[in-house]
Amino acid sequence: MRLALRILGGLYAIAIYGFIFLPVVVLVLFSLQATSFPIPPFTGPSLRWYEAVLTDTRLTAALVNSLLVASLSSLVAVTLGFLSAWGFARFVLPGSALLRGLITLPLTVSYLIIGMGLLVLFNWVGVPKSLIAAGIGHVVINLPLCFAIIYSQMGDHQVNIERAARDLGAPEWKVLLLITVPVLAPAIFAAFFLSMTFSWDEFVISFLLTRFDTTLPVEIWNLLRSGLNPKTNAVGSLVFAVSIVLVLLFELTLLRRKKP
Amino acid sequence: MSAPLVDIRAVSHRFGEHLALKDVSLRIEPGSYTILLGPSGSGKTTLLSILGGFVRPSEGKVFIRGEDCTTMPPARRPTTTVFQDYALFPHMSVGNNVGFGLRMRGVDGTTRAAKAREALALVGLASAFDKKPHQLSGGQRQRVALARALVVEPAVLLLDEPLGALDLKLRRQMQDELKAIQKRVGTAFVHVTHDQEEAMALADHCVVMNDGRIEDEGTPERVYSRPATRFSATFMGESTILAGTVAEATGDTLLIRTRCGPVSLPGSSLPAGAAVALAIRPEHIVLGSDAGGVRLGDARVSDVVFQGSFKRVLATSALDPSLGFIAKAPAAAGIQPGDTVAVSCDSQDIIMLAD
Repeated sequence: MRLALRILGGLYAIAIYGFIFLPVVVLVLFSLQATSFPIPPFTGPSLRWYEAVLTDTRLTAALVNSLLVASLSSLVAVTLGFLSAWGFARFVLPGSALLRGLITLPLTVSYLIIGMGLLVLFNWVGVPKSLIAAGIGHVVINLPLCFAIIYSQMGDHQVNIERAARDLGAPEWKVLLLITVPVLAPAIFAAFFLSMTFSWDEFVISFLLTRFDTTLPVEIWNLLRSGLNPKTNAVGSLVFAVSIVLVLLFELTLLRRKKP
Repeated sequence: MSAPLVDIRAVSHRFGEHLALKDVSLRIEPGSYTILLGPSGSGKTTLLSILGGFVRPSEGKVFIRGEDCTTMPPARRPTTTVFQDYALFPHMSVGNNVGFGLRMRGVDGTTRAAKAREALALVGLASAFDKKPHQLSGGQRQRVALARALVVEPAVLLLDEPLGALDLKLRRQMQDELKAIQKRVGTAFVHVTHDQEEAMALADHCVVMNDGRIEDEGTPERVYSRPATRFSATFMGESTILAGTVAEATGDTLLIRTRCGPVSLPGSSLPAGAAVALAIRPEHIVLGSDAGGVRLGDARVSDVVFQGSFKRVLATSALDPSLGFIAKAPAAAGIQPGDTVAVSCDSQDIIMLAD
């Protein structure tokens, strides 16, 4: 009876993980297909479709664009998020709780709404559709996240550390740069990598706000309109690989933080 | 008279509705070890924060070396603080922690390292230079915090309950070291504590605080033997407090009527009918005989606590059930709870407090 339960439990676990990972496994598997259609039987392994992706200038350009947008928008989001967290944690502001709520509110709004809102706003202000516009969109979605992560780590126990630095003669900007930022480095890096992950495979906002130069997810969507082929699998696998690396970096910085 | 190093003039401070300090004035002499002693909520930490520049007083002024520092930020003050939680920079080595203040003053790296090593040697931690704070024990972190604050040669070193987080044995040991270090560097120390033993052991100048006011200040010997108020008589060591009224004032002798009988004490300037409180230290209460000149009636022993070198005896007066005597009996005394003993004391050991 007990054995049966254990076997049943094991099967259940396999089913769950299969449900989650099977699509990805299939995606990656058929990216190695040797023939022209990503359908069984598997004919690979072959790297010809990866070669096709890397020689496709549109795709490689989009890949570089995506990396640029992800890293720069994350840098801006993390900087602004850090500064607002510092402001909220260290100063008494009128309506602090309400303002903190407002700053994290975009986390609950759908990307489509944010993208449409930005589209209308940029149209009105006269900002053309571009990678910069998409980057701004990514700052909007990632700033609340960065704020929440950094603010949660900015406890009262650091107040005295900052005071000590001030007491020993440090001007405010040196307190921030030499004490607050290094002490919070794990949270800051974690926020940065998570922002990059989200920006890296964000589609809706990039789709709405870019035109000629665009990011990889939008380019993949363009590719998909002409039907499935192993090339889409290959580029999808690449996107997935980069996401995995970013998530691992995020986890590692958080884990390292918990050790001491 | 030379100008005091620190001159706190009529400082009051309000946290919202709460008045944390009420018109406090205090002078601190160069090279002195001042202890601010009081229970939590007495305003002692607020006063220290005002000295350090972390809190700007609602009223009053703070002069350090004759300069008005009331609104000067901590970074520009000639004070440094040893925080209760040490507040070491966790991402820096011990050497860089200690050198931080010098770095902020633009001292070059080599000099900085040399001075940091010197300061660490002063606190007995020369070998910890390259370690990280989390590799040190509580007592060692305490020393690093002390070295870090001393290395910039402040005019006044402020210590906020520096021994509060240490265990008793380590606390007594650090206490002796603090005193030795203070004597060696000659810097004025201002130290906040609620531990009266710590206060008596360390202070040149003991400031007893309660409810936002200074109750009493002076040498610990004076504050202990002649406390100025009822609060300092019970907070700095224990006392039996005897309430009474002046029955008669003749020349320089006062006859005071208490519920334990009349007591005559030297003193004047109090009119007949004035209410007074008499404090008697436990070691001055004589149990079991009338050896002391002043008889205080019989008392029933309610509790005897063995404390190693003595027995702490609590007894209730037979004449006034609301009066509890606190006495110290020799460790070998055969006194038991339930015994009835005669209580007396010497008139010169009675401390008269204005009530």
